[in-house]
Amino acid sequence: MDLLETHDVVKQYANHLALDGVSIQVPEGKIFGLLGPNGAGKTTLIRIINRITAPDSGTVLFDGHLSRPEDVYQIGYLPEERGLYKKMKVGEQAIYLAQLKGLSYADAKKRLQYWFEKFEIVEWWNRKLEELSKGMQQKVQFIITVIHEPKLLILDEPFSGFDPVNAERLKQEILELKEKGHTIIFSTHNMSSVEEICDHIALINHSHVVLKGAVSEVRRRFRTHRYNLRIQSAMDFPKLEGALYSELARTAEGDGVYNLCIGKRPEVSNSELLGELGKQYEILSFAEEIPSMHDIFIQVVENKTLKTE
Amino acid sequence: MSKVGLIVKREYIQRVSKKSFLLLTFLAPIMFAALIFVPLWLSSIKGDEVKKVAVLDNVGKYAPLFKDTEDIQFVPATGDMESYRADKDREIYAFLSISADLLEHPEAAILYSEKQIPMSMKKEVNNQIEHILRDEKMASFHIPNLKEIIAESDISFDIRTVKWEADGSQNATSAEVISIAGFLLTFLIYIFITSYGSMVMQGVMEEKTNRIIELIVSSVKPFQLMIGKVIGIGMVGLTQFFLWGILTFVLVTGTLFILGGDTSTAELMQVSSAMDANAMAAVPSDSTALKLHEIVASIPIASLAINFILYFVGGYLLYASLFAAIGSAVNQPEDSSQFMTPMMLLMVFALYAGIYSVDNPDGPLAFWCSWIPFVSPIVMMVRLPYDIPMWQNLLSLVILYGTAFACIWVSGKIYRIGILMYGKKPGVMEILRWIRFRG
Repeated sequence: MDLLETHDVVKQYANHLALDGVSIQVPEGKIFGLLGPNGAGKTTLIRIINRITAPDSGTVLFDGHLSRPEDVYQIGYLPEERGLYKKMKVGEQAIYLAQLKGLSYADAKKRLQYWFEKFEIVEWWNRKLEELSKGMQQKVQFIITVIHEPKLLILDEPFSGFDPVNAERLKQEILELKEKGHTIIFSTHNMSSVEEICDHIALINHSHVVLKGAVSEVRRRFRTHRYNLRIQSAMDFPKLEGALYSELARTAEGDGVYNLCIGKRPEVSNSELLGELGKQYEILSFAEEIPSMHDIFIQVVENKTLKTE
Repeated sequence: MSKVGLIVKREYIQRVSKKSFLLLTFLAPIMFAALIFVPLWLSSIKGDEVKKVAVLDNVGKYAPLFKDTEDIQFVPATGDMESYRADKDREIYAFLSISADLLEHPEAAILYSEKQIPMSMKKEVNNQIEHILRDEKMASFHIPNLKEIIAESDISFDIRTVKWEADGSQNATSAEVISIAGFLLTFLIYIFITSYGSMVMQGVMEEKTNRIIELIVSSVKPFQLMIGKVIGIGMVGLTQFFLWGILTFVLVTGTLFILGGDTSTAELMQVSSAMDANAMAAVPSDSTALKLHEIVASIPIASLAINFILYFVGGYLLYASLFAAIGSAVNQPEDSSQFMTPMMLLMVFALYAGIYSVDNPDGPLAFWCSWIPFVSPIVMMVRLPYDIPMWQNLLSLVILYGTAFACIWVSGKIYRIGILMYGKKPGVMEILRWIRFRG
């Protein structure tokens, strides 16, 4: 079931169209990657989901119903541009923001103590925010995002500003939240993290959704039908040519071991190909060359750019 | 607690618990009282040093006529000016040379000194010469008892003013005390509205430049945030007003208790003259002095306090909402000047209108300014102590609050767009366009 759906969302600003007929489906309990170059309309879409702005037309469904004001209690938002009250004490500030998300004072305090202990920042409770290091401020910000245990978490570039150790830790937290059943919208430019943690993606470019689906399915859709092959052959053999495949490149490792790159026809299945090859050679390894999200991103965005120009 | 309530609470507690707020609240009345009483006290301390003035009277009739005062002793000069100038030991502070008949040659009197002659000495010598010359002139008319006749006809008079109350009783009033009360309230409300209004603007800009705004508006509506901020900061203002009221009451009562219960208006006038030089001319002589408590009782304190709060709240809502809209539209404090200048001009106009209305609180300027919402809170502070007709009071409040709520509504529209707009500074036309945008 989808926790969040948008249908034909349109948002026009004074002199540009930020979103044009955007429809996405975010499945419950999954991590959904919202991708796209700068200025594509991601932030506008996030603001609409957060009910910060209203769409000009189109609908937003949350948990099966039309989005309502009280849905914001079920959403946790970590904006890309982060900030808190510099002069306010960390604990006081966290309680205030948690209360704005509908928690009672006592409840907010109890939960915050748990999280502050978990992130080892308890001793900073009574300090002013400006006394904290950047990394610690980020932790506080993350805690504030998840404190009300929202059904939907929207994380906009969550890893920016984190050092590698803390970024890894954050990644584990995100995966843990997914395990607990939270749905996460994850907006980023960092494509390797998309492959690592996202289940589904939507790619927005020039106000339109240009690509969407499950990550594995999207990558399969962009398969090039190229394979990397490592084989052993007793003797020199001619260039691989058959009805099913053709050789594109080869390097010899010596002792009759070769690394080959071959392309196959789209309608041929991997098993058929492997069976055919296995009859002739000893296969040491066989791997399909699946394009990375990074490549897909660039390919789609550049194609689109060319088309529109 | 509702979201607006939470926001109000945060804005209020954050500001009230600041050290600067506590300092200002508790020190300002003391400093204010000190500003009034210390110069008064200092000026009442007489210098114990008596300065000598040597009088060189070439005419021969003036020297004996000078009378010594507490500060100045006149001694006849025994040598010429040069010998005085050369001799440093004679302890002569100044040297008065009169070289010709002063009625015919007024420029013939010169006061010399090695030091800058103090104002008080110049004034005293001047006065004495004036007296001497007046007596001489009068004597020249050869009318018997002329001096006595003139002294008798030189009458000092201060009319007592009494106001008829609706219930048939009558109250002694003092136009001076009332106009001073109006003056004080005008300045107070002006300072309150400008300082708390700009506090709202700073608060809005802080949230915007901090980028916390994005987080907050994902939980609350921008309008709720703006209203919460305006109310919270307004409550800080009212708190300060009440604390000042209590402190001033304590200080004034304490001071009066020390000075003694039957302080007359004459003494009060002296106090007020420290603030307002015009009041000096109005100092009533002791014979007509009213008792202070009678005068104070004549000022409708309760209705003034209620009206002050009503006009403060109305004026504050009006200006604070506009300040909030300005704060939301700009990205840096420097950019705000374009929008702040007209606001400040308006406020200064209001202040001047208030000051000029003091002399004529029922005149056309005061009357018409009572209907202009941006000006009325300030002008009305001048008019109110004079007990203006109820309908004028009410109509002015209705217009003020009507405009204030309209401003809040328009500002809310600008605010909700402005707080999320970064980058280029918007022009006036663009801001006007924001008002029509959908949420």
